[in-house]
Amino acid sequence: MASEHLLDIRQLAKSFGKHQVLKAVDLHVSKGEVVTVIGPSGSGKTTLLRCVNFLETYDGGSIRIDGTEVGYRNDGPQRRRRGEVDLARMRAETGMVFQSFNLFPHLTAAENVMLGLRRVRKKPKREAREIALHWLGRVGLGHKADSLPGELSGGQQQRVGIARAVAMEPKILLLDEITSALDPELVGEVLDVVRQLAGDGMTMLMVTHEIAFARDASHRIVFMADGMVSAVVPPDQLQAAAAENDRLRSFLSRFSATAH
Amino acid sequence: MEQILYAIPFLGHGLYITLLVSAIVVALSLFLGVLFGVGLVYGPWPVALMVRIFSDCIRGIPILVLIFVVYYGFPQLGLNMSSFWAAVLALTLFKTAQVIEYVRGAIGSIPRGQMEGAMSIGLVFSDRLRFVIFPQAVRRFLPPWINGVTDAIKGSALVSLLGVVDLMQAINQVIGRTYEPMPLYLLGAFIYFAINYSLSSLSRMLERRYSYIRD
Repeated sequence: MASEHLLDIRQLAKSFGKHQVLKAVDLHVSKGEVVTVIGPSGSGKTTLLRCVNFLETYDGGSIRIDGTEVGYRNDGPQRRRRGEVDLARMRAETGMVFQSFNLFPHLTAAENVMLGLRRVRKKPKREAREIALHWLGRVGLGHKADSLPGELSGGQQQRVGIARAVAMEPKILLLDEITSALDPELVGEVLDVVRQLAGDGMTMLMVTHEIAFARDASHRIVFMADGMVSAVVPPDQLQAAAAENDRLRSFLSRFSATAH
Repeated sequence: MEQILYAIPFLGHGLYITLLVSAIVVALSLFLGVLFGVGLVYGPWPVALMVRIFSDCIRGIPILVLIFVVYYGFPQLGLNMSSFWAAVLALTLFKTAQVIEYVRGAIGSIPRGQMEGAMSIGLVFSDRLRFVIFPQAVRRFLPPWINGVTDAIKGSALVSLLGVVDLMQAINQVIGRTYEPMPLYLLGAFIYFAINYSLSSLSRMLERRYSYIRD
């Protein structure tokens, strides 16, 4: 079944034990589109993101990237988990940037970026390093290529995290609260990089608490509450939507002091 | 002094056997312990359960009992082996159980995000271990493991109880002829100490080498 959307999530359901985190989530992202998911904590937005590259399994519904189902294949009427090699190949197509960076502390910035290029994309060492230096330059860290993550600031580490993800040339980039662990004065440099990627036409699905940034940088904003998509609006209609959606209104009111 | 000079040629072969037993035990237990340790941490639950039972049982038995069980018990099951190999097998089982726990502890100390970061760039399981988890786990693994190696060398003296002529047994044999236990036991103690002290110095050196990585 072909889909016109790059990412097509339908009726996605996921439970942790008895707690249902995602209840029939529908969401799609087209090529070149930037979609931001906002919502109160516990609304399932991070879980949703983690399902897209199968860091989290899901119980029902489907996630398709370019028409291929993520994590599972259908074997007649049965749904089976894909094999390890298959999963790894699919994950390489979806870049992910984490709240806690998850850089490899024993490798330099360049080596962090090179690892996937070498082992997954099978690039020779010299070419992998060139690509790594290119992307580190793009995030403003060309001069830090041979530093270990422990020698970098949080903002710099997160920019390496972004370089590591985009160097793989993923079809879609997933950003999971990438500025939440940063000191306020370091948030800007990371968001600038994301803005730049959006300008280059990178397809992105992000979860953030930076409402002002979400309004500014995304094509659509998805508001999640209680494991469901409660509203999907273009950024300029967020306030208007809030007038009709009590939960969105009360969620946004918490940001109104800082967002303007 | 005279007794010591007289004893040295006899002790040489004993020392060789001690080192041979220790080396085989350390090498085998490292291989098996890492394999089972990974099975314990990442394996499906039946594998993890079996490793857990193995490790808990072995670690709950005194090593001396284990040696006698293997030496006297296994032939009754149709498994005949020389006293040398019986001793090696028993010590290897014991050491493997310890290595399993070192591996579990070392891997467990790596934040979960490391595995997820490695997954997110599309590395397969074996590459995630090889390039991301093991290089970080090794610095947590080395200090207790080297400590365990010194234990293995000291513990190898137990093979003398099966009549294997290791350093300990060689010392006993010389004493049987000279009837002067004290200088020889002191010499033996010194040899064991010299080996183990160099190992623990090595361990401290390695710890310093890995300390540049911040947590």
